[in-house]
Amino acid sequence: MEKKSVWKKLTSSRETSLVIVLLVLVALISVKNPSFLGMQNILEILKNNSVIMIMALGMLCVLLIGGIDISITSSLAFAGMTVGMLFKNGVIHSMLLGFLIAMAIGTVCGLVTGLIIAKGNVTPIIATMGFMYIYRGFAYLVANSQWAGADALGDFKNFALESYLGFGLVNNVLIIVLICYIVFFILLKWTKFGRNIYAVGSNAEAAEISGINVARVKISVYTIMGFLAGLCGALAVTIYASAQPNMQQGKEMDVIAACVIGGVSMNGGRGSVGGALLGALILSVIAKALPLVGIDALAQNTVKGFIIIVVIVLNVVTQRMMDKSNLERREM
Amino acid sequence: MSEYVLELKGITKIFPGVKALNRVQFQLKPGEVHALMGENGAGKSTFIKVITGVHKAEEGEMFLNGAKVDFKGPRDAQAAGIAAVYQHPTSYPDLTVTENIFMNHEIKKRGLIQWKEMNQEARKLLDQLDADFKPTAEMGALSVAQQQMVEIAKALSTHAKIVILDEPTAALTANESEKLYRIVDKLRDDGVSIIFISHRFEDMYRLATRVTVFRDSQYIGTYKVDEITNAELIKQMVGREITDLFPKPDVTVGAEVLKVENLSRTGYYKNVSLHVRAGEIVGLTGLVGAGRTEVVESVCGLTKANSGKVYLNGNEIRVKNPTDAKNLGIVLLPEDRQKAGLILEWGLGRNVTLPILKKFVKNGMINENEERNLSKRLLEEVDTKAVTIFDPASSLSGGNQQKVVVAKALAQDNMKVVIMDEPTKGVDVGAKAEIYAIMGELAKQGFAIIMISSEMPEILGMSDRIYVMCNGSVTGELKRGEATQEKILEYAMEKNANEKSAVKKEGVN
Repeated sequence: MEKKSVWKKLTSSRETSLVIVLLVLVALISVKNPSFLGMQNILEILKNNSVIMIMALGMLCVLLIGGIDISITSSLAFAGMTVGMLFKNGVIHSMLLGFLIAMAIGTVCGLVTGLIIAKGNVTPIIATMGFMYIYRGFAYLVANSQWAGADALGDFKNFALESYLGFGLVNNVLIIVLICYIVFFILLKWTKFGRNIYAVGSNAEAAEISGINVARVKISVYTIMGFLAGLCGALAVTIYASAQPNMQQGKEMDVIAACVIGGVSMNGGRGSVGGALLGALILSVIAKALPLVGIDALAQNTVKGFIIIVVIVLNVVTQRMMDKSNLERREM
Repeated sequence: MSEYVLELKGITKIFPGVKALNRVQFQLKPGEVHALMGENGAGKSTFIKVITGVHKAEEGEMFLNGAKVDFKGPRDAQAAGIAAVYQHPTSYPDLTVTENIFMNHEIKKRGLIQWKEMNQEARKLLDQLDADFKPTAEMGALSVAQQQMVEIAKALSTHAKIVILDEPTAALTANESEKLYRIVDKLRDDGVSIIFISHRFEDMYRLATRVTVFRDSQYIGTYKVDEITNAELIKQMVGREITDLFPKPDVTVGAEVLKVENLSRTGYYKNVSLHVRAGEIVGLTGLVGAGRTEVVESVCGLTKANSGKVYLNGNEIRVKNPTDAKNLGIVLLPEDRQKAGLILEWGLGRNVTLPILKKFVKNGMINENEERNLSKRLLEEVDTKAVTIFDPASSLSGGNQQKVVVAKALAQDNMKVVIMDEPTKGVDVGAKAEIYAIMGELAKQGFAIIMISSEMPEILGMSDRIYVMCNGSVTGELKRGEATQEKILEYAMEKNANEKSAVKKEGVN
């Protein structure tokens, strides 16, 4: 077996094209605005997009099994709002407890969604559309026409301001993001569960016959997604120092967009943690860069959508070129 | 006027990196049925696609009734009266038969589709073919044989003068094939010239007057069917002699391993009892739709039986899902390798180890070295032609894919029973012989083997015992010595025959 050269390995990977896109974007922006590349600015961008970045990991798994989940920001709001109200009403004071409760709520939300999809055989987009309304509704019910501001949150909001998890160098939130990415990288690359996710997404029938419990894999994936949404609920509350029932509404599309830009297939079976990360980064850079280069706020959505389309077309073209070069190797 | 309706000379088709066709030639006489044979990957399908304008040849010329033609795309070929019926019906399952037949050449008046006329026209075409379904039936509700008829009707509706059939009998039972033969005869009598691709020798002998053989992208020769023997033809196709296609070893059969007792599933099969012993190859045959696949699916936990018992080594077992079956050592090699047997975009190694990943997990992580070593060893055991374990399964031919599925079964070292559903479907002669050899080897090692098959020669050639099913019931059991093609067919159609005669009697009374 021939060893591939490093160069060949690099050029035959979809991630490379994404890295190039990202570098070009960054280069263009820093020409116009040199302050963009400052360490402080970069860390700020990462922190502000940490919720999207973390949820992209869960969405990656969901898309890998050929599903989709548009209820995530609703369960995020439900979890975040509940924790916010608990602090506001003085029921809890411990930060750790706040995180645990949010994660527990998200996990249960995800589990229920997964059960309905896997056991009830409901199409994922339909099921999660229903839950999108239900969980968002719960957030409003919990809020009961109130919201939790910075004063009400007390110490909880300080989590996103401090950096003790990062030994005083890196913000706590970014450490959480980092841990999530390491865990998911290992999970998808080197564990049986990760392999099962790819198997179910590539060919559910073959997976079933190979003795993989397809329903269980599906339920687990939606549960994991819910867990991350819950975690992000707590994170969003501390980052923005407020809990509102409409928090992050509509951002589920950004999460899906991040994955799609990162080359994750909507048909399942294809995608990687690296891709999801790059997708999320490209999306964050675009969002931050548009005002920096002087694009009018009114035009920003249009430009963003346009860039997404361009990146995805580029992505499809590279994929095709890769498929073609694979075919060339095929013996007939 | 030329002697040939279709003539191709020196056709070369190059795909990136490979010569799929190397200066091949072909001549089709008016009104003849011409078989095109060769192993998988010999270039037959590519050749057909050159004729139908899907691919453009780099070199070579094509003549239609003596005049040189140059097709830019499939539409040109269609307009010139060439129609192809592909192996897997390329139909729209949610549309009606009429819509499928007239797809892309609807009958229109002032831009509006004339449904009534189209349905009438479709009715006429289907009548010509003695079809037993309505033009308004939904395509997806039809059997493969019926769908194929629709494809043929579609070819007729374009008033094709040359019809190409690509492995039309691969998915058909003996009965359905017979019906197809009659349709082909009829087309020929109507003056249509037919090119016929098939792996089945029966097809060729029954239909064709001449046969052209391709091997390794090259033209080997054209022969008159009456003048070439089976052995010679195989030799031309594979480039070597296959001395014994069915290397059935003599194995001392051991104790009973799997026993199914009065198994029933409403609407699919009823009171099915069968057993298989260690080292025994049991053939399970019958017409497609007789319930063979459904029975083994229940045994493997893919579906649930309503009543009945299953015993493994004398103990009653309850298989609720495929995981249970796997844990008990019952392995199914599904009929549709591409859909249910393999994950095509994955490397071979990963496919093989999918059911046994647990073995390589240490501290929650997969030990990839161990995984690779085992899959490599197993794949070498079944001798796939793959270069590495990282090659995607999609890059292999049907026969080699089947070998990978076997390797995947072998990976499960608690395996006791192997159930093979149509193990050689769509596989060429050379690979067939190898798969039979592997089956023999498995029997020697003491595995109990159930082989579902519609192909008479392999059922007769490989089985120690044969069960025949008809309409959901086992209608006969035959030992190796006493089985003949006639007896099997008799059992396979028993119930149909009884029912029909019963109806007749009622009519008389």
